[in-house]
Amino acid sequence: MSSLHGAPLHLLAAVTGDAGNPWFSWAYVRDNADTLTAALRQHVELTAVSVLIAVVVAVPLGVLAYRVSWLTGPILALSSVLYTIPSLGLFAVLAPFVGLYATTVVIGLVLYALLVIVRNTLTGLQQVPREVRDAARGMGYGRVGLLTRIELPLSLPSIMTGLRIATVSTVAMVTVGSIVGGYGGFGELILEGFRNNFYKAQIMTATIATVLLALVFDVVLAGIGRLVTPWANRRRA
Amino acid sequence: MTIIQQALTWLNDPLNWTNSDGIIALLIQHLWISAAAVGIGCAVAWPVGIWLGHNGRGGGLTVGVSNLTRAIPTLALLSIFPLTFLGFGPWSAVVALAIFAIPPLFGNAVLGLREVDPSARDAAYGMGLSGWQVLWRVELPLAVPYLASGFRTAAVQVVATATLAALVGGPGLGAIISEGFGLGIASGGGQVLAGGLLVVLLCLVIEGLLVLAERAVTPRPLRRPRGRKARVALAR
Repeated sequence: MSSLHGAPLHLLAAVTGDAGNPWFSWAYVRDNADTLTAALRQHVELTAVSVLIAVVVAVPLGVLAYRVSWLTGPILALSSVLYTIPSLGLFAVLAPFVGLYATTVVIGLVLYALLVIVRNTLTGLQQVPREVRDAARGMGYGRVGLLTRIELPLSLPSIMTGLRIATVSTVAMVTVGSIVGGYGGFGELILEGFRNNFYKAQIMTATIATVLLALVFDVVLAGIGRLVTPWANRRRA
Repeated sequence: MTIIQQALTWLNDPLNWTNSDGIIALLIQHLWISAAAVGIGCAVAWPVGIWLGHNGRGGGLTVGVSNLTRAIPTLALLSIFPLTFLGFGPWSAVVALAIFAIPPLFGNAVLGLREVDPSARDAAYGMGLSGWQVLWRVELPLAVPYLASGFRTAAVQVVATATLAALVGGPGLGAIISEGFGLGIASGGGQVLAGGLLVVLLCLVIEGLLVLAERAVTPRPLRRPRGRKARVALAR
């Protein structure tokens, strides 16, 4: 709600604000195209690497939580605890040991993305109708075949939803990586702009770029989701 | 000296606790800005969410609000708000945090009201209760588990993200971490680790306390074996 109120306030400030330090400036974007491209590149890389690692870890964890019933509670509990920990706290605990590298940021981002993907994988698997499972067993599918050919494909919509949420959150959270000296993508520009005499155009441009990047990732993943689950679209249509 | 020893040494120094910008002062600051943010969030999100849910609407708005706020970096709002009319000082942080408290509060309020068993609602109307009475005496009590779960999610999230305010000169415990990073890992590493551990501990304690509070406010017949439903803003 208030975030919707927020936007007009910024516009107002942009219109009435001092002329020397406007919120929006094409000149800034033109003059700093290289910096912005570099930030974009870093932002995309950090997000992509983190989300990919998170998927590789989280989907098997979700399957494990589903298959081994006594592990369901502990796996969900552990990933919720990790999710509760503030990103800055996580980076702060990791940085002294891992160092001021991109690795620190990626580890933090992966731990965050885990919960949503694990949870959605588990939900997806649990939603596979019992009749479908019975029918597949009757047709001679073994445990592995059942999982890879029936259960996982049917869970794809749920997994993709989790992946989209995790990705959008990760794009936003990369900005916090700027505390780890130089690995925050657009966050770097936000923080630098703030510390550099409150350079409003830089802060606002980097913010909008982050939100747009999140949107682009979301749309691309939604498209991939539609491609890999054609049956879901047919039902929707 | 290892980083861990440095962190312990830092935590063992009484001055680091009792200074005017020591752990205790920062903790108090951290807690009050969090409480203010969650309070504002509740004041905005609950009336609207409860009203929409009561009328069976609000589903689309829930998705929209949570998607929009998920994409906006907290750090961005924390940097932008001090430069608007809100000015430097704790209130711009409070408002920025309140915005991130709204989606779970709102989403769970809408869901809680919409999930009320229609037969319970019909029975209440059949007994002659007015719309307000149904809301107050039937729907709200049944929605308490959802409201409480939304509150917990929002509060823990706010306490966690309040750490970031210090990156842009704002209030809260994050100051310990950002000051440590400012000193460089070689000399400030222990302080960074100590600050990180304090913040992590605070969030886990708050989460634990709110889980207990959530159980306490949930009417006994509604207490289901732990955590199946609710928590909407997180998973979907």
